[in-house]
Amino acid sequence: MSFVYEEYDVAVIGAGHAGCEAALACARLSLKTIMFTISVDSIAMMPCNPNIGGTSKGHLVREIDALGGEMGKNIDRTFIQSRMLNLSKGPAVHSLRAQADKMEYSKSMRMVLENTPNLTIKQAEIIDIITENNKVTGVKTSSGAIYPCKAAIICTGTYLNARCIYGETVHYTGPNGLQAATHLTEALKKLGIEMMRFKTGTPARIDKRTIDFSKMTEQKGDEKIVPFSFTNKPEDLKREQVSCWLTYTTPETHEIIRANIDRSPLFNGNIQGTGARYCPSIEDKVVRFPDKDRHQVFIEPEGNYTNEMYVSGMSSSLPEDVQVKMYRSVPGLENAQIVRNAYAIEYDCINPSQLKPTLEFKKIEGLFSAGQFNGSSGYEEAAAQGIMAGINAAMKLLGREPVVLDRSQAYIGVLIDDLITKENTEPYRMMTSRAEYRLILRQDNADLRLTKIGYKIGLIDEERYQALLRKEELIEKEINRLKNTIIGANSQVQELLKSLNSAPLTTAVTLADLIKRPELNYEMLKSIDHERKELPDDVIEQVNINIKYEGYIKRQQMQINQFKKMENKKIPEDIDYYAITGLRIEARQKLDKFRPVSIGQASRIAGVSPADISVLLIYLMQYNSKNKSE
Amino acid sequence: MNTDTIAAIATGVGSGGISIIRISGNNALPVIDKIYKSKKNNKLISEQKSHTIHYGFIVDGEEVVDEVMVTVMKAPLTYTREDVVEINCHGGIVVTKKILDIVLKQGVRLAEPGEFTKRAFLNGRIDLSQAEAVCDIINAKNEMALKNSLNQLRGREFDIIKELREGILRDVAYIEAALDDPENYSLDGFSEHLLNNIDSYCKKIEKLISDSKNGKLIKEGIKTVILGKPNAGKSSLLNILVKEERAIVTDIAGTTRDTLEETVQLNEITLNIIDTAGIRKTEDVVEKIGVEKAIRIAKEADLIIYVIDSTTPLDENDEAILSLIRDKKAILLFNKSDLPPKININELKEKTDHPVIITSFINYKGLDELEKLIKEMFFKGELKLNEDILITNDRHIEAFRKALEALSMVKDSIENQMPEDFYSIDLMTAYEVLGKIIGENVEEDLINLIFSEFCMGK
Repeated sequence: MSFVYEEYDVAVIGAGHAGCEAALACARLSLKTIMFTISVDSIAMMPCNPNIGGTSKGHLVREIDALGGEMGKNIDRTFIQSRMLNLSKGPAVHSLRAQADKMEYSKSMRMVLENTPNLTIKQAEIIDIITENNKVTGVKTSSGAIYPCKAAIICTGTYLNARCIYGETVHYTGPNGLQAATHLTEALKKLGIEMMRFKTGTPARIDKRTIDFSKMTEQKGDEKIVPFSFTNKPEDLKREQVSCWLTYTTPETHEIIRANIDRSPLFNGNIQGTGARYCPSIEDKVVRFPDKDRHQVFIEPEGNYTNEMYVSGMSSSLPEDVQVKMYRSVPGLENAQIVRNAYAIEYDCINPSQLKPTLEFKKIEGLFSAGQFNGSSGYEEAAAQGIMAGINAAMKLLGREPVVLDRSQAYIGVLIDDLITKENTEPYRMMTSRAEYRLILRQDNADLRLTKIGYKIGLIDEERYQALLRKEELIEKEINRLKNTIIGANSQVQELLKSLNSAPLTTAVTLADLIKRPELNYEMLKSIDHERKELPDDVIEQVNINIKYEGYIKRQQMQINQFKKMENKKIPEDIDYYAITGLRIEARQKLDKFRPVSIGQASRIAGVSPADISVLLIYLMQYNSKNKSE
Repeated sequence: MNTDTIAAIATGVGSGGISIIRISGNNALPVIDKIYKSKKNNKLISEQKSHTIHYGFIVDGEEVVDEVMVTVMKAPLTYTREDVVEINCHGGIVVTKKILDIVLKQGVRLAEPGEFTKRAFLNGRIDLSQAEAVCDIINAKNEMALKNSLNQLRGREFDIIKELREGILRDVAYIEAALDDPENYSLDGFSEHLLNNIDSYCKKIEKLISDSKNGKLIKEGIKTVILGKPNAGKSSLLNILVKEERAIVTDIAGTTRDTLEETVQLNEITLNIIDTAGIRKTEDVVEKIGVEKAIRIAKEADLIIYVIDSTTPLDENDEAILSLIRDKKAILLFNKSDLPPKININELKEKTDHPVIITSFINYKGLDELEKLIKEMFFKGELKLNEDILITNDRHIEAFRKALEALSMVKDSIENQMPEDFYSIDLMTAYEVLGKIIGENVEEDLINLIFSEFCMGK
């Protein structure tokens, strides 16, 4: 029996990292929002690794924060170790990563959600999306309650028809034994949505008391904390940090795996979902890299109030008896007690080429989706899509322009563009090498790139916006000052340069010229820069980077200008590619499948050649002038 | 909308006495002013009235390259609606190509296939109803250009470019793997390693450029096969051609077919003689390498010279060869004319549509005629390959130069002690431009290589 419950503007299905950001964005933009979850206790749960950020993922988190999202603030509240990775490399690849207290992370996010006006949390499984004329009108729970709504955002993560497997053991559950969602897939198929099946996995958790840390290398957190959120100051985030531990697999480990490989569901055909190459199980690693005699294993705490330790690098779906032997062959884990077994999980997701850049389904108006359901992997990737789906659902209901970040604006733009434009055959993970304009897309300038956009959307308040404008001004003024301050070859200067192993001056130069020298930076020149005023650290950082890498940044900016030209050439939604005879057949098929929004996006589709793009440009000229004359 | 200036050869090279190089765009006039000297006065082309033609010289610095007629057509009443300059020069390949090179050196870009027409359309010159035809031209020309590019690169150059790309991609993949998984892969000492690699890449590319410039690619010219029965005089012909004073000879070993190629330059014509392994030793193409291979080689050839021993009667082997070459460009040599013939030349002429020349290699009889005949076939444009080859060659050089430039930027970055992540940017540029030559796209190469070579992730 079904009945109509209360009416909402937006229904968010799922309360993981995507669902949380989506629901918060909508509610904060004053839309009456309801968030459904199979278990309220699992809101913002981290079912796999106990950390947030890392290479390129850290960038995503800072971008989410710059737009007014919650992930950065939440990890700042709950981290138990913080590190900036790649510090010896260029600023573009510095990456922030923090170990989270998992339970605290989930609790803290739940509190934010529960206290957000306009947001209702409801424990229920959604089994159907109700539509009229291909337009969302409501959602229906397994108990028959119908919630009329104008937009729905699917963020079901790994729960759809989920199956957890290790060895011969199969549980039809979501992660951590949570109930799977078994009805929605069929309902979506009825709506004409194309589904795929992916897999991922997680390693065992081990009782800390049974680990011999003396056989491992300690990894401490950084002394200098860099907050994820631009709203936090480093000094406010000081706290006791916990360590992670490094150990390695042994030839014995690999022997155990090889001897039992036929019992792995990954290799005996029991698992059919496509796994990701960057997140391989340990059996995958051993099989694919037979020459490596050891693999790194990081032992990471799951939180301050638990003894469970995460065994990073050793996810597996081998049977339990093999798992015990395998983990115990690792130095320091000889007596390890496994609290939770490693397992692989299979789940339904969609082919994201069915989505617009706003993450709305092309076929169904008002239906959005985000996170692992879209074929991505990772908490950060999920949250990034979540906030964008939430923003765009809100923009649509508020009758405002959609917000689409492009590849030159944000990693979020790269992520979504890749998802909707490429043939994705495995769970998609963000990587710095995927961002062609990464010199511009740094984690340190995410606020300068995106906070104005967040303000325009309505997720950034006036105070934060004004602070940003002040920061921009300070940076610009200081750069100008340094470019116009001339330093002569006096003895004080020469001595300083000598002490810094830098060549002496032969002619007068500007301070900016000196900062450009690889061995020098802004801070080092303090004693010869007499007009220097006290500036905040984040301003100094921007000044230093912008001067030091000016040439490269300019070049990249030029590439971006080229790129933008093509992005700005929009393709009408109703274009009939099969009517454009100049296109090659393959190009027609591909273009029709992906239905790109711009010439730029079209040019990134595999199977569309530069000549096809020329043809398309000419066709658009013709199309536009025809429409004009009519 | 397009602001850069483009140039290309607008006529079939050698298809007449004159070739036209067309330049279109904002810089067409400044460029011609720099490279053109008037015959009678010092008036610049840009100062001349639109739609007029002028007599003078193309100069490269001080050197006079060719005597030319230059047509100037100022925007908007031109084909592309941009400023257009056309240089009419003496149709030979060498001169035409040289003038094009001089134009390109001035910062003009080589036009993409069909680009003049595309501009004409985009600038509103061509009627909308013609749009479809324009599209067809662009796609057809692009496909042809890629085909030509690949045809040009058969063999060693192709392999070198592939190796270069593989090497560069491996370097990038290593850097990227280390950036994405810094706890697992270290970049310590990688800069020196990369610097060595780049030096070797640069050397290889410089060699490719100089080979292209020497015209090895361009002069692959007319692929010629000499066929004939044993003792007909194939090797004598080859030796004569090779040893001719005016002939330039290079041995290109190790092409895909394990054959030896002799390049023979006859004035502006280049014969690239495909000499099957052992032709000079055994004198026996058909029997030694088998009819099958002869058929294959003959199929690939642009020109077949069939040497017939006039002192032995025609047999089934001759019949086989004659039928094999029926639809090919071929010249028959009625050889050993210093001896009494056993074949009636008129009978032979009845069996074939191809021209027959009476030759004797002992006293060099008929060789001038052979040369003249080839030249005629060539200039009449019956062998339609040289314009495409010419353009293709320039595209290659342009791509090689860009790759070299990108690699030198990587070197600068290393020398300036930039962090390693800066290297990937320019390395990828080099990778991409080299890929264009062989028509391979970039897309997911890098990501795929990272995952296949490096064990990443948690």
